[in-house]
Amino acid sequence: MGVLLNCYDTTRRWTLALLRQPWFVAITLIQPMIWLLLFGALFSSVVDIPGFAGDNYKTFLAPGIVVMNALFSAGWNGMGMINDLEKGIMDRFLVTPVSRAPLIVGGIAQSALSIVIQSLIVVAVALATGATFPGGPLGVLAMIATAVLLAAAVAGLSQAVALTARKEETLIGFVQFMALPLTFLSGAFMQLSLAPHWIETVARYNPVNWAVAAAREAVAAHPDWGYVLARMGLLLALAAACLWLAVRAFRAYQRSA
Amino acid sequence: MANAIEARELRKTYPGPTVALDGLSFEVGEGQIFALLGPNGAGKSTTVKVLTTLTVPDSGRARVAGIDVLADPRAVRRVIGVVGQRSGVDDEAEGRENLELQGQLHGIRGRELRRRVEELLEAMGLAGAAERLAGTYSGGMRRRLDIAMGLVHRPRVLFLDEPTTGLDPEIRVAMWDEIRRLRDQGLTILLTTHYLEEADELADSIAIVDRGRIVARGTAAELKAELEGDTVHVEVAAPGAEARAREALARLAEVREVHVDGRAIHARVGDGATALPAVLGALSAAGVPVAAATMARPSLDDVYMRHAGRSFEEAERSRDGSGREAA
Repeated sequence: MGVLLNCYDTTRRWTLALLRQPWFVAITLIQPMIWLLLFGALFSSVVDIPGFAGDNYKTFLAPGIVVMNALFSAGWNGMGMINDLEKGIMDRFLVTPVSRAPLIVGGIAQSALSIVIQSLIVVAVALATGATFPGGPLGVLAMIATAVLLAAAVAGLSQAVALTARKEETLIGFVQFMALPLTFLSGAFMQLSLAPHWIETVARYNPVNWAVAAAREAVAAHPDWGYVLARMGLLLALAAACLWLAVRAFRAYQRSA
Repeated sequence: MANAIEARELRKTYPGPTVALDGLSFEVGEGQIFALLGPNGAGKSTTVKVLTTLTVPDSGRARVAGIDVLADPRAVRRVIGVVGQRSGVDDEAEGRENLELQGQLHGIRGRELRRRVEELLEAMGLAGAAERLAGTYSGGMRRRLDIAMGLVHRPRVLFLDEPTTGLDPEIRVAMWDEIRRLRDQGLTILLTTHYLEEADELADSIAIVDRGRIVARGTAAELKAELEGDTVHVEVAAPGAEARAREALARLAEVREVHVDGRAIHARVGDGATALPAVLGALSAAGVPVAAATMARPSLDDVYMRHAGRSFEEAERSRDGSGREAA
């Protein structure tokens, strides 16, 4: 009970911080917007490739951009942790009897909230520029929930990296090294059945692809909900594992402090 | 009297390797202000980190309020308040929000939390600024908010790591009054400082730390009494004459000990008033030009020099120097 209340407390802190800097939501949106609008235009004739299902590349692309945005946005989550460590804020929390999990969860919740807002903006821009979401509002909701689950896992991992390395450079390296390759090794931009076989194989074990596939299925005209929920379950398990890892990382911090 | 803090043979080495704690032991009685006094890098902050459960020693034991720090860190966290060297204030949050969160993490909620937060804001003179973002606070206000956050759960033992570093002199004096007031309310306070004056002014008991060990301890008066006699400080006007000066002074019957620190020469003597002319005479006879000479009653600086074998400033400088080389 105390743990849950403390999760609420730290979430409140991070939410207030986000509301005080709304431009932060916009800045991280710039990149996915460029992808959506430029890639959407550049590769619009992808749909003409024989074997491509569907006739509107932007409709295909939009769930991929929603997931990609979640991936990058959550990747930076550890920056808040590094700031807390540098300023002595985290030490002040660590000398209280609070469980370690709430100290991680607050930042993840902030990431989730900003991703919900960003995803809604991506959806709006996608709709305005010709994409469709045949699954309707329920599908869009499930798509965003999927993106948030992936984000929770990535944000937890990002905080674990932050606690272990305690350097902004390392975290920047982590995001660069992880996010783009994982995006391109998924079906975010291209139908995987048209990609080289090895990419299709790698994608099967790529959590980003679990999210892309589930998000795209969720906004389809007649979604296979079993397929969507199975992948959401996998992402939830991954998020729990990453949270556990981040909590463990406090021990490494304590040893080296 | 029961001990509020006990540290036994604490050792800790950081990769490098840097020996931060080298068998450090001390105890603090309940209701005291206890000062760990030493230059930067002496091991004061590491000691505080061990006692406040932020880090674990390589070996040794410690108890705070009777609770074993290594065996039950969570129980220790319930009874300690900590004000770190770096301010733990979140600039992006209001002063009140900072305090509330700290209380919540200690499990205080609802009306009790609101009442306690009001009380502390009032006591620390922050009531008018409670709704401002902490980033807009002055240095003194931040420090007061820091202390309020360390007190929100009514701890039994308060740790203050360099509480007045970087504060203006008037604010420092006000902070001292505040710390004394807390002691008078029954709190045990361990503070670290590299200001000799601060330890002298504030502490009921002092331990001098050097290179990870306690080299001397007692009240300020006891420590100074160990050094009977006065010190004559002489500044040599010409570079290169220090060795000659040392030799000349060491031969004098009035001088017990000579310490050279750059161009400054410190001679421990019995009675300063009678020794001073002899010192100047000897230097003049040895052909050492003197730029300035003063006489002083023993200070904690002299105590430090006696036990650590170097002056306080010298220790601080050597630390800075090695820090720059490493960077």
